[in-house]
Amino acid sequence: MQAQEIFDKLKEQFGESIISLTDTAPSDAFIIVAGGNLFDICQYLRDTDGMEFDYLVNLSALDLGENLASVYHFYSMNLQHRIVLKVIVPKDNPSVPSVETIWRTADWMEREAFDMMGIIYEGHHNLIRILSPYDWEGYPLRKDYVTPEEYHGMRVPY
Amino acid sequence: MGLLNRLGDPYEGGGYFLGKLEDLLNWGRSKSDWYLQFGLACCAIEFMAVNAPHFDFMRFGTIPRTSPRQADFIIVSGTVTLKMAERVKRLYEQMAEPKYVISMGSCSNCGGPYWEHGYHVLKGVDRIIPVDVYVPGCPPRPEALEEGMILLQKKIRHEDIFNKRKKLAEEDRLLALKK
Repeated sequence: MQAQEIFDKLKEQFGESIISLTDTAPSDAFIIVAGGNLFDICQYLRDTDGMEFDYLVNLSALDLGENLASVYHFYSMNLQHRIVLKVIVPKDNPSVPSVETIWRTADWMEREAFDMMGIIYEGHHNLIRILSPYDWEGYPLRKDYVTPEEYHGMRVPY
Repeated sequence: MGLLNRLGDPYEGGGYFLGKLEDLLNWGRSKSDWYLQFGLACCAIEFMAVNAPHFDFMRFGTIPRTSPRQADFIIVSGTVTLKMAERVKRLYEQMAEPKYVISMGSCSNCGGPYWEHGYHVLKGVDRIIPVDVYVPGCPPRPEALEEGMILLQKKIRHEDIFNKRKKLAEEDRLLALKK
């Protein structure tokens, strides 16, 4: 299925929640969706005939300055088509529904996005840091992150 | 070989030779160094190559130990992140004296490519544990690590065992005089 068809089907199903489609080669086509309905949209993408996105290829996060974005790359093993979803959330309240119960692989990927960007995945069963130490402060991959002077008595700058 | 010939045909009254016990002990220590089997990053790959038959690290008398309590020295092979740094220090503290450290590669020498933007990297393992030999390179070639091993053996061979504190006190006295 082409990106435009997927977009139309989603629009038909979820209306206002589906915001826009950008399909410019050579990058993957992506659909921007509203955060609130994300879980239902993902459930629909996985379980509907003709969609069958059974594989969450990648879940990453972006810092857009004012906002943060959570990015989902989907692929269908059966139908061999792919689509990208983006959810844009404000930096002061970066809350996105968790899709961990739909694709188990999202568990650690959401933890990484939380660790690095500070996106809060609502409904995740164990949202703790995965790479940084548990007592680390701040979210290192944000643009406005400032490297700490010291960590546990060790000087960090060169 | 002269010694071995004499053992086969000893002098009357039994074979003997003169030397310092310290030299004998140091010779023995320098030729049987057991290291902690410990790899951190890409340097560890090069380190594995040194262990493999082609470079044959064991000809230096080294044996990998999986417990720090049995190890004589530790090769810090790779990037020391802040999270790992505490573990490295703990492993080092668990090793029995005398203990030595080889810092392998740019990352553990000084932070390497992470020196400026590495918020998570310790800029040199010598900030937490004392280093005896630095091996430069990113990563160092196996030959470079072997030279590091030879330098460590040299250091051990010329070390004081007896009256160590007396000698150190003498050195301190001389240093104070210089000032």
